[in-house]
This record gives sequence, structure tokens and C-alpha cells, in this order.
Amino acid sequence: MQTFDLAAEGLRALNATLQKQNGTTNQTAWEVVNPKGSHALAVGLDAPIDVTVKGSTGYYCAGMNKQATIRIHGSAGPGVAENMMSGTVIIEGDASQYAGATGHGGLLVIKGNAASRCGISMKGIDIVVQGNIGHMSAFMAQSGNLVVCGDAGDALGDSLYEARIFVRGKVKSLGADCIEKEMRPEHLEILRDLLDRAGFDANPEEFRRYGSARKLYNFDVDNASAY
Amino acid sequence: MCGIVGLFLKDKALEPKLGAMLTDMLITMTDRGPDSAGIAIYGVDADGNSKLTVQSANPAKDFAGLAGDLGKAIGAKVTQRDKDTHCVLEMPADKAAAARAALKDLRPDLRVMSTGDTMEIYKEVGLPKDVAARFEISKMTGTHGIGHTRMATESAVTTMGAHPFSTGSDQCLVHNGSLSNHNSLRRMLAHEGIYTDTMNDTEVGAAYLTWKMREGATLGEALESSLEDLDGFFTFVVGTKDGFGVVRDPIACKPAVMAETDQYVAFGSEYRALVNLPGIETARVWEPEPATVYFWNH
Repeated sequence: MQTFDLAAEGLRALNATLQKQNGTTNQTAWEVVNPKGSHALAVGLDAPIDVTVKGSTGYYCAGMNKQATIRIHGSAGPGVAENMMSGTVIIEGDASQYAGATGHGGLLVIKGNAASRCGISMKGIDIVVQGNIGHMSAFMAQSGNLVVCGDAGDALGDSLYEARIFVRGKVKSLGADCIEKEMRPEHLEILRDLLDRAGFDANPEEFRRYGSARKLYNFDVDNASAY
Repeated sequence: MCGIVGLFLKDKALEPKLGAMLTDMLITMTDRGPDSAGIAIYGVDADGNSKLTVQSANPAKDFAGLAGDLGKAIGAKVTQRDKDTHCVLEMPADKAAAARAALKDLRPDLRVMSTGDTMEIYKEVGLPKDVAARFEISKMTGTHGIGHTRMATESAVTTMGAHPFSTGSDQCLVHNGSLSNHNSLRRMLAHEGIYTDTMNDTEVGAAYLTWKMREGATLGEALESSLEDLDGFFTFVVGTKDGFGVVRDPIACKPAVMAETDQYVAFGSEYRALVNLPGIETARVWEPEPATVYFWNH
């Protein structure tokens, strides 16, 4: 385990050090101490390394991640794991707004609650939240899976494309063009796998599935009020 | 973008450190608002006295002999405490309204920052650390306080455009966001006899709350109705003589983090602002919900 003290060495040195890792060494475990809510920690990583941040983070932690596993032992500020490509980000606490926004791949696990706009415009990322999520989550989500073990806020999946949404608790309201859909065996299989990978002990059969009604894909004057 | 910090103490032992804790929080939020900064601090209740905090662009001229002149005009004992461009005048509570009126004639260039039994507002243009140092905020004692760092988006960078805005006696408001219907609200409020000094949107928000409370609403009710009547983005933090409140608009894109322990309730635009508070590691930390009014009272 290699320890990096953010208070002593600073943000640029941290990101430069972690971005330099290319998977050719077996010293792949890193611990970041004294994060103190700093912004842009461990961004742009591209190696199969394991980074643990000991504390809460500010804006945009783990942005653009490829391959790396990043654990936050605390809560994450806005835009955590934004535009993630691959790898895994695990947050022990809560995540602020737009967690996992525009993510193309990888797995984002939030053990607490996520605030508004979780998974906005997601493009292939899988997001599993043990708690609740806020309003406008999965807005314009294009592909990937959003799993919520708790409740979802207003306007879930507004203007949704082909992302799948699974919610175990209550949904305050569905957004435009988002509907509840039948949970078929293949969906239960996807959901079981995601819950396993997130390490959450939940029964997939207690979830409901939501998806796009596909009414807003092409302009239709009859839908003008829904755009 | 702007930064907000707030601290409401439950533990009296921390009161002598209020100013120092708030100053540290305020400076941490410099990145969010380097234009100007301000702080409202609720200090010791001046037994039967009221405080009038005023600001001058020319303090040497305006503050010279001010307490004596004002005392003569209202027929009561007035004391003054000068702090850089600000001056805190204390007079018997029943003479406060007369004092405010008399000031208009005695020193027409003075601007009233705040009135109240305990609250003092200090605000100026400049970096938060410089503003805090000018007024020696870190030495101040108190029960609760609210600070703001401003990055102006829609009106001039001036002392009067800085936050907090006073919404009435011992009441203040700070704002992160922008209101889009402030011009129509300003006209409506003028019809109701409530006038604003600047073209600033937040001042209209403050005036709106003043109006609602004049019409009989409690501060909590006024904040609830602001969710209906104010259009735009806002995270508001408000202070009263013995309370501290938070409300975010329903979209809630302006950030907010809160922390609570047995010793305090704290607010920060970002978690960074809270990291040096005692016991933060074990505090309950959460993000206030959209369109929900939070309030704490002593």
C-alpha cells in the first residue's frame, strides 16, 4: 500500500502520480489521506490500480475513470465518476448531484443516497444505489443500468432512451416518456448480477423495471406538449 | 457562483470561537466568490439596547462625533464602535427607529447595513480574507452567524451588492443563485411600500421576505411561499435573532451541505468549508432536500 498525503503534496502531484501508473508494477494499491473535500481527486486514471480516498471528496472525484477501482471512504460531492469509461467507483457514504453523469461504462456503487440527476445522460455505465435517489435521475439516459434499492424522486427517467431503470422502493413520479415495463427473466438476471457485483443483498424480484415508451424519439406534433 | 457558510451553535463553550470558525469557513469559500464578502454575526444581546450598523465610503468624515450628534438628535445616550468602514451604534431600543430617521439628515451618505438587538452585518468588496481581517471577524463572539462570498453574475460589484442583506430587525439573508423575476417583484414590492436600494436580485428576495412577514407570515411561512413566488435558482440561508434556516429551490442545482453535532449546526456550499469544524468526522452530514425548509431555534 502506497500512501499519498494530499495536504502535504497537493492535487496536481496526486493526479500526475496516479495517471502515470500503467499497470506494469505490482504495487497497485494507493491510499489518499487528508482529502478534506478537495475537488477533482483521482481523475483521468487509466490503469488497473486500486485507489482508496480516506474521507469525503468535493466536485468531480474519479472523473473519466478507465480501469481503476476507486473507493471513497466518505461522501462524494457533485459529479462523482462523471463520464466514467470503465473500472469501478465505490462510495461508502452519499453522493451529491449528477453522480455518474454521461458515464460510458464501468460500475458506480453508492452505499448511501444519491442526490438529484443521478445518471443524467448515462451512456452505458451501471449505477447501483443502496439508498434513495433524487429528482430528474436518468434524465435522457441512453444506455446502461440504474439500480435503486430505495426510493426515486420526481421525474425519473425523463426523456429516456434505452437505459434500464430498476427501483425497489417508491417512485415519486415518472418523467416524460418513462413507463413501467414488465420484468422478464433476462432482466432479473441482469439485476441479480448487478446487485452481486455491488455487494448488495437484495432480492431482484422486489424491484420494478422502468424504461422508455419510445414515443419521443422522433418529432410528432401530437407529442409537442411532452417535449 | 457564490459561497455560503453558516454556523449555529448549540454549545455555549464554542461562542467565543464563533468568529474564528466562521472566518476559516468563509476563506475556504474564496474560490466560489472572490469579488466581495460579508458576514452577519449574532452577538451578545445588548440589554434593552438596539444596534444600528452603518457603512461609509468616507468613515473618517462620517463617523467623527457621530454618537454625540445622533444622541442629541434623538435625546438619548448613543455609543459608537468604529470598525474600518463600518460603525455599530447602540441606543435604547425604543429610539432605534428615530435614530435611523435622524441619520438620513445627520449623515446622508451613510448606508444602513443592519438593525437589531444582536445582529451586526459587515460586508465589503474584496477577497474574503481581506474583508474578514478589516472587520476582525475572527475575534467576534456570538451564538450564530452567516457568511457569503460573492461572484457577481447580474449586478454590480459594490458594497451594497454584497451579501448578507437585512430583511428586517435581526434578520438577514444570503443567496447563491439567480432570480429571474426580480424586476417584476421589485415593482410589485414598491407598490406595497417596500423599496430596494440596488438592482440586485437577492435584495429583492430579502425584501420579499420582509413583505411577507409584514403581512403576518412567520419566517418559515415566508420561506415556504418563496418557493411559489420566486422564479430562478436559489439556495438561501437566513438568520433570525435566535434561529437559522435553509431553503433550496425545487431544482436545487446550487450546492449545499449541512452538518450537525451536539455542539452545532453548520452549513457550507461545499463540504470543504466544514472540514475544520470540531467533531466533523463523526457529525451527521447531509445534503438539504430541494424545496424543503429547514430551521433551527435556540
